[in-house]
Amino acid sequence: MAGKKNMTDTAVLGADAHSQLIKRERRANNVWNKLRRNKTAMIGLVIVTFMIIIAIFAPFIATHDPNMIKPSETYLGIGENGHIFGTDEFGRDLFSRVVYGARISLIAAIGGTFVGAIIGIILGLIAGYLGGAADAVIMRLMDGMLAFPFVLLAIILMTILGQGLQNVILAIGIGNVPSFARVVRGQVYIVKNEEYCNAGRVLGVSNLRMLLRHILPNTISPIIVYATLNVAGAIISEATLSFLGLGISQPTASWGNILRAGKDCLNTAPHIATISGIFILVTVLGFNLFGDGVRDVLDPKMKK
Amino acid sequence: MLKTILKRVLQAIPTLLIVITFTFILTRMIPGNPALTMLGPQAPKESVEKLEEELGLNKSKGEQYVIYLNQILHGDFGKSYAYNQSVVELIKERIPNTLVITLTSLLIALVLGMIVGIVSAVRQYSILDYIFMVLALVGVSMPIFWLGLMLVLVFSVNLGWLPAMGMGSMANGLWDVISHMILPCFCLSTIPMATFARITRSSMLEVVNGDYVKALRARGLKEGVVIWKHALKNALPPIVTVLGLQLASAFTGAILTESIFSWPGMGTLIVSAIDNRDYALIQGVVLFTAIVFVVINLIVDIVYTIINPKVSYEGGKGGN
Amino acid sequence: MSEHLLTVKDLKTYFFTASGVSKAVDGVSFDLEKGQTMGIVGESGSGKSVTASSIIRLLPPKTGRIVDGEINFEGKDIIKLNKKDLLNFRGKDIAVIFQDPMTSLDPVFKIGNQMVEMICAHQDVSKEEARKVAVEALRKVGIPQPEKRMESYPYELSGGMCQRVIIAMAVCCKPKMIIADEPTTALDVTVQAQVLELLQELQDEMDTSILLITHNLGVVWKMCDTVMVMYAGKTVEYADTKTLYSTPMHPYTWGLLDSMPKLSDKVKGELNTIPGVPPDLRLTGKCCNFYNRCPYAQEICEKEVPPLVELEPGHLVACHRQTKDKKLVRGEVNQDE
Repeated sequence: MAGKKNMTDTAVLGADAHSQLIKRERRANNVWNKLRRNKTAMIGLVIVTFMIIIAIFAPFIATHDPNMIKPSETYLGIGENGHIFGTDEFGRDLFSRVVYGARISLIAAIGGTFVGAIIGIILGLIAGYLGGAADAVIMRLMDGMLAFPFVLLAIILMTILGQGLQNVILAIGIGNVPSFARVVRGQVYIVKNEEYCNAGRVLGVSNLRMLLRHILPNTISPIIVYATLNVAGAIISEATLSFLGLGISQPTASWGNILRAGKDCLNTAPHIATISGIFILVTVLGFNLFGDGVRDVLDPKMKK
Repeated sequence: MLKTILKRVLQAIPTLLIVITFTFILTRMIPGNPALTMLGPQAPKESVEKLEEELGLNKSKGEQYVIYLNQILHGDFGKSYAYNQSVVELIKERIPNTLVITLTSLLIALVLGMIVGIVSAVRQYSILDYIFMVLALVGVSMPIFWLGLMLVLVFSVNLGWLPAMGMGSMANGLWDVISHMILPCFCLSTIPMATFARITRSSMLEVVNGDYVKALRARGLKEGVVIWKHALKNALPPIVTVLGLQLASAFTGAILTESIFSWPGMGTLIVSAIDNRDYALIQGVVLFTAIVFVVINLIVDIVYTIINPKVSYEGGKGGN
Repeated sequence: MSEHLLTVKDLKTYFFTASGVSKAVDGVSFDLEKGQTMGIVGESGSGKSVTASSIIRLLPPKTGRIVDGEINFEGKDIIKLNKKDLLNFRGKDIAVIFQDPMTSLDPVFKIGNQMVEMICAHQDVSKEEARKVAVEALRKVGIPQPEKRMESYPYELSGGMCQRVIIAMAVCCKPKMIIADEPTTALDVTVQAQVLELLQELQDEMDTSILLITHNLGVVWKMCDTVMVMYAGKTVEYADTKTLYSTPMHPYTWGLLDSMPKLSDKVKGELNTIPGVPPDLRLTGKCCNFYNRCPYAQEICEKEVPPLVELEPGHLVACHRQTKDKKLVRGEVNQDE
């Protein structure tokens, strides 16, 4: 009879070589290692880290006071008179303004995403978990909000709230609630019907505990991916609002309002608009690259 | 299929109602007295009160809402005080100009974007694919107003090839019309093009690796037929979804693009409304746009059921 | 013996992945005669389907590659075929029936359109003529109301009906050979027999050769003239069906035959399985791939790859313990131990 020899499942061809193969595979599949091998994600991470460092250490990096007006030195070109990026229409040092602008733009974008994520996650969890009427009401409301083009919604919100950083964060946050709610709700629907959730329900785990301990953790990776990509959009949103004169108001520097100022002197001092725009583009690109990479690693099947 | 379509139409009604209500609530929340704003701060009290009565502002919020709903049902979107014209008339005047550039841009974006996406998918991991996808990522990361400014800077200010402002007129010949459209359309089509390229590529990749594509190849069909006929049709649904979303964001893009190129469309209309604090106009334009969006989404869903017969077969399960 | 329709000699198809080279097919040889049916059996992952894909040169681009060997179809060297000839070869000379009928048809085109498209690709006929051919083919495979079915989408049919459509599509260009890759695995048991019978009927009528890939030995017994047993990418035994069932020679074949549930088995509830798991395909090729699961393994099995030897006329075996001079008897466990 076959099978007399004592054999287990581990007795495969070349057992040593095989266990090494498995180890190598496991190491290769570790999230961080996978991310590290993803070149585009790493480029994105480098850009994002670079911008965040600039934002945090702005006072040390800036060469001048960003708000100091010098009427004798308006519209200086790149590198003139010790001004790395030149000066703007008030003679303020553009390099320092861009550096401080990084602060405001990133705070507005990350803060807005955060506000949107928190409210969206709560609504999504409720809608997805309770289902039924609560789901219908919440999701129809979200559909209604999504029907407004983001810029228009933000424009109205800013006219109601008035200019300023907090209000920009709030407007971006509110504008982002529906899409977060949708992502979370969809995910909850998937998780909710999985085996372990049914098991928990049979065992009498309370609703809140179920939500926080079992469902939320399982929705986290799509939320991370979505939030990362969302920051990219939020940076553009802040810039858009400030560009339209509804966001961050002068004299506080943000990339958007520097660009707005640059628009008016495109003929005489094109470097103002060019430089601030490049910073926006590169940062957004960084978040997009990183977000794409994280998505590929966390969930290769997830699209959009 | 007809049943699915009908169901979607009915589903759109509550969304529309919510949109109308949102607009009402939001515009009532705008600080300041509209009557006072219209007449200016020096206006005598009596005339302000008279205007308030005319506008129905002295009535309760509930009554105002009912009147508002009634007006909208009759196609009355209010009157702009800055233009002294009805909002509907203003929109009617401006919308063709916006449609011209948004639709042209979207068409260019859709065609080029899909070609780029398909080529990239077919040659996955080639240098061409790599270049296309880097460009596409730069494209989706582009702040549209900056792109517009840079186009003006290079092609109008520096090279002097193309006009930077306004809309051409047929009276000055066809080239006048086209030359005025090139920069705004370039600007407006960049982001959707990049988005279409990315979604087409990922959707095609999913399809191309599917079982039936292998089966089609095993039948000895030409590679061109397999890719451009079978795989493409299967890859369409997500592209149609994105097309709907892009129609929406193209409008957002148009607001910014128009304001940069002084294109006399809906975008410049709303920007001037914001500058003038012309609330009736803001409210009207916002509501109009939102309604258009709901309708576009509806159309997209219907197209979706037509190109993907399975969706309607499963009773529209693919919705959520 | 009649002339060979298809000759495969020492075929090697490897997959080049990030974690190593996977030797999916690592030395497979067989001949298929005109009008005959050959079965390929083996566990999942033994390289059966990759062998089939290699024959029609439909491997995943970039990763899968035929690295060595010969595939000869009616004197044509398939490995050297150019693109255009390859298109004529697929579908016209060889038709393939895949495992899952539901995913082998394009879901968004009507069945009729897909059939017409294929017929027009291989025959110089008008669309109307092609439609007639398609309806006729559907009728032949026993589909009721073929004209109406032409207008159906694949999802509107059951799995069994879909497989019939696929068979109709396979035969409508009168191929010389059909590769059936587990054609019945995804179907209900009752439908399975019908589909196999249909295949046999069509074969008799058109004198087509069939290469039947399956893990079901019962199906092989019923359908095939010759059988090849594959294990971890290699041919381990090759003989005509009767010989293989009456005097199997490779220990793996013994295991396979033992694991077949028989109605005559008095004792119920005990399935004989081969202990252990097949090797990782990235590690094969240095010894006998079966040695770690083989009760008859000796030192040599761990050191050398056993060659495929013709022990009896038409009966090839790859086992160190089976030689012309010294035959291993079944049940005689390693005396050296």
